[in-house]
Amino acid sequence: MPQTAFEPWNDPAAKPLIQFRNVSKRFGDFTAIDDLSIDIFEREFFALLGPSGCGKTTMMRMLAGFETPTSGTIMLDGQDISPIPPNKRSVNMMFQSYALFPHLTVYENIAFGLRRSKMPNEQIDARVKQMLKLVQIEKFGARKPDQISGGQRQRVALARALAKGPKLLLLDEPLSALDKKLRQDTQFELMDIQEKTGTTFVVVTHDQEEAMTVASRVAVMDHGKLKQVDTPDRIYEAPNSTYVADFIGDVNIIEGYATKQGDTVSIAWSEGNSPIIGTPSKPIANGKVSFAIRPEKIAISAERPTDRNNVVHGKVLDIAYLGNLSTYHVALPDGTIIKAQTANSRRRSSRPFTWDDEVWLSWTDTAGIVLES
Amino acid sequence: MRRLTWFNATSLTLGFAFLYIPMIVVIVYSFNESRLVTVWGGFSTKWYGELLRNESFLDAAWVTFQVGFFSSIIATILGTMGAYVLVRGGRFYGRTLFSGMMYAPLVMPEVITGLSLLLLFISIGLDRGMFTIILAHGTFAMCYVSVVVSSRLVSFDRSVEEAALDLGCTPFEAFRLVTLPIIAPAVISGWLLALTLSLDDLVIASFVAGPSATTLPIKVFSSIRLGVSPEINALSTILIGIVTIGTIAASLSTKRSVMRRQREERMAEQAG
Repeated sequence: MPQTAFEPWNDPAAKPLIQFRNVSKRFGDFTAIDDLSIDIFEREFFALLGPSGCGKTTMMRMLAGFETPTSGTIMLDGQDISPIPPNKRSVNMMFQSYALFPHLTVYENIAFGLRRSKMPNEQIDARVKQMLKLVQIEKFGARKPDQISGGQRQRVALARALAKGPKLLLLDEPLSALDKKLRQDTQFELMDIQEKTGTTFVVVTHDQEEAMTVASRVAVMDHGKLKQVDTPDRIYEAPNSTYVADFIGDVNIIEGYATKQGDTVSIAWSEGNSPIIGTPSKPIANGKVSFAIRPEKIAISAERPTDRNNVVHGKVLDIAYLGNLSTYHVALPDGTIIKAQTANSRRRSSRPFTWDDEVWLSWTDTAGIVLES
Repeated sequence: MRRLTWFNATSLTLGFAFLYIPMIVVIVYSFNESRLVTVWGGFSTKWYGELLRNESFLDAAWVTFQVGFFSSIIATILGTMGAYVLVRGGRFYGRTLFSGMMYAPLVMPEVITGLSLLLLFISIGLDRGMFTIILAHGTFAMCYVSVVVSSRLVSFDRSVEEAALDLGCTPFEAFRLVTLPIIAPAVISGWLLALTLSLDDLVIASFVAGPSATTLPIKVFSSIRLGVSPEINALSTILIGIVTIGTIAASLSTKRSVMRRQREERMAEQAG
């Protein structure tokens, strides 16, 4: 029996856990959040992604209660939370700096929130032990935050934020202080913990890879507005704007003039080059468009391929060797540079192209995205 | 370790000589047999005995101690509260004015501070005595405490307090359970500073002290106007001794805590 996919955002009957309704936040003249509305559902792992200053941290701080919206309402579980101070909200936060209490042991850090709720000591003890086990730091309960490593501190911060069993857990750049290898391992652990506890997670990050890996949905933000809210694969494969296409991953963007040809469009983009054939995801009018194509969707070959409509000829200008992949920067005769990526499935010595080689780039009719400018 | 060059060695010697020769002279002459301060009459500890039999010095020392104790506590509490509000209170109307006013007494000549306090006490009909000295010292030392504490508050991560709020603390609980333990070292050094300032102060105390209460600095100052007695040398030597022991103890304990911290960090790395 196939499992039903977790997609409450496509279910009109689903009740959102968090609702932003026309929320704006201004600091003096600066608008951090601009008339933003969004629904986040229970058990979601929701990522707010954007460059610094895009308003993602402000959104998170409004959920935690450290900022109040200038206008609009934020609902948590059907209740307007604006008048509720942070200590009365069933929302906990894992801070970017971890914000562990340096004068308390790891155990007491995790017990801190529970002690505030007048829970009996035996229950606190059981809960703290459970949390220590969940994040695999049972051995370090008696240590102070200064006496453990960065990765362990990150776990303590997570355990402390989860200990009270909040409806919503906020994570502010949770993995940014860890080195790359540890970060990748921890991403999967984080997803695992989210699944085990069933808590709704909202994570703020500027790291697109992190957002793509962990999140059920990603919201790409810019200047206090949501650019696109969608699943990671849709964000990557079907961005709705050049901003999103450019922000997530590597992309070639070609400006041109589109003319409809049945289901496809023909995009005139440069004199002396044949028009690009693309397939728009929704019907578009004739006019100026941007054609966005990911480097890995472009094939590179020494001979002119005969089975594709989109073929251009150029010279290898630069090669970025990344180990598993190589990105070729290919200059066309008119000066346009197009990036094409290939997987290095063979050893380096047998790779076919080098600097100044004449190559052919090609892609299928459906490989790129046609965006109205 | 690098050897000192002749230039550094000379600077060091000159500098320390400049600082410590006066004190060494006092210490040496406190063991002088002779009543004449400038004539060496052989080694003796008799002036220490004389000092301990001198009721008025002992009284003054006791007053100074009480004034220092109570005024430094008042200064610490008020100074910490002031620093907390000025650093953490956000932007409220008149904040710049308040912080300016908080630090103004630091640069105000003590004579003016003393005089204005004196006028205040007279106008509200407060009898001058130990109580007025405590109030006066508390007032002028709290700015120093506030400077020390606010520099610590500025440097520590605000999100630690937010974490406490987030985990269910009221703002007061967050201060008591998280902020205060973290800034405790600064509060303690502020307190020590206030204590030292109070023990040290002559100018303000001489304005606000009454006949019923004389502090040690006032006593010393008034008695040397009648000529330097060897008893004063003995008293100074005792004070120098107390300060030296205090300073050494403080620096040893700092050094030990630094070493402990380094050891713990090494442990963490190995465990990591």
